[in-house]
Amino acid sequence: MKRIAYYKGCSLEGLAAEYDLSTRAVCEALGVELVEIPDWNCCGSTPAHSYDPLLSAALAGRNLAIAARQGCEVVMTPCPGCLKSLKGAQEIYEHPKQREAFQELVGMEIDGRMKTVSLLQLLYEEVGVEVLQKLIRRPLTGHVVVAYYGCLLTRPAQVARFDDPENPISMDRLIQTTGATVLDFPYKTECCGATYGVTRNDIVGKLSGRILDMAASLGAEAIVVACPLCQQNLDLRQDQVNRHCKRTFNLSVLYISQVIGLALGIDPKVLGIDKLFVNPDCLLQNLEGAGDQASRERPMRQIGV
Amino acid sequence: MERMKTLSIQQSCDVDFIRRVEEVSEQKVSKCYQCGNCIASCAYTFVYDYPVNQIMRLIQLGQKEVVLKSSSIWLCANCQACTTRCPVNLDVTRIMETLRIMSRQEGTVSEPDIRTFYDEFLKSVKTFGRVFETGLLPVYNLKAWKPFNDLDLAPRLLMKRKLTFIPSRIKGRKKIAEIFERFKVHRNDGSFCKVEKVRPLSIVPLNTETDI
Repeated sequence: MKRIAYYKGCSLEGLAAEYDLSTRAVCEALGVELVEIPDWNCCGSTPAHSYDPLLSAALAGRNLAIAARQGCEVVMTPCPGCLKSLKGAQEIYEHPKQREAFQELVGMEIDGRMKTVSLLQLLYEEVGVEVLQKLIRRPLTGHVVVAYYGCLLTRPAQVARFDDPENPISMDRLIQTTGATVLDFPYKTECCGATYGVTRNDIVGKLSGRILDMAASLGAEAIVVACPLCQQNLDLRQDQVNRHCKRTFNLSVLYISQVIGLALGIDPKVLGIDKLFVNPDCLLQNLEGAGDQASRERPMRQIGV
Repeated sequence: MERMKTLSIQQSCDVDFIRRVEEVSEQKVSKCYQCGNCIASCAYTFVYDYPVNQIMRLIQLGQKEVVLKSSSIWLCANCQACTTRCPVNLDVTRIMETLRIMSRQEGTVSEPDIRTFYDEFLKSVKTFGRVFETGLLPVYNLKAWKPFNDLDLAPRLLMKRKLTFIPSRIKGRKKIAEIFERFKVHRNDGSFCKVEKVRPLSIVPLNTETDI
């Protein structure tokens, strides 16, 4: 498989460290070579966008330019916010009136052919469900989860160019390969409250509360996500949400890479499972072969895909 | 009836405002025919002063002051639900973002705390090249006069070793600061790029905007 430029983004350095750990472990197990973009910078996220899309594009553009120097044709980022900024930079690069200003702001050569994908898209399209299915060592049979995509992974459709904007199924399909039961989740693309955790906690309380409520009422043991901000709102802030809604949700919220990693037989510690706030032990029980020491080591180092 | 407001449309219609919103957002707001798909999709109407469909109508009516002073344009989370479902393919999210940027420049920001958070975030990026989460929160809390905000999360974060006390500074942080500087020059006088054809967002001087 091709070498993939890896843009992890600031969240994965701090609050979402386990998303980084599990992404690297899963990619290694699947034979995907990740090349971390050297000296990458923050994409500016929503604050840059709300200041000026051109500033956001310039910040993201530097990362695209460095990635191109590494000889990579694909940039993968697990964070949908970072992905949005990278795609925004590409959009402005293609804009006849803004290209020149954009390039001068970045101050580096941009390669317009670079492909930008999320981790979810990489797993679904480049690795594929069939290949993944064959590599499952420790099925999650009997466990019941929902897949929550959030806003940006598939929207807006003409920018994301991946899956369905209203009813995405890629994550559902990927989780199904692990043997877990994935319930139909009506709120799979509803907003969790986004960046308002710090500034307007009441908004996250209400919106994340709705998502947790729906998942709990369907009987899910856990919510599987692919966005560090969604994970933070649903997991780290679950107590705040509980206080806001006067409820007692106790739902673990795992990253897709952690769920796949568990099923691949990777040690939960390597996947950063212990870094989650709501205890996900329910998902670790009854794992077939869980007690088998041999299967705890990373078993599939050199499997080419 | 509390939320009902009377507007004298003829007297307060700002035609230039309509033109600028359409030009900068590159969206033909006049195409909106009030079908209501956006408000039906919007998760944030419960905190908005004007629902998103009314914002579209107010733009069509040239109600610059009402629109740019609205809290809705700052509480929109860019979730793209409205854009996804608009039957005339308006990028409603982009229109809301354009308004947010305009309100900064006109000095009519209705949610100063959110702006403060965004500005501090960008300052962190400008200084270190990456955002320093642990440093950002206390600075925001001080500036927004919310000293105890999110303090309840600290023990859990410490326990999981998720608080970093040293910012991750990239080697190219000077390059990042330079991007910010070039951007500022570009934005303020438009002379940064000789063949620049994009009109500046605002015709008023940018002295009302906070510096980042």
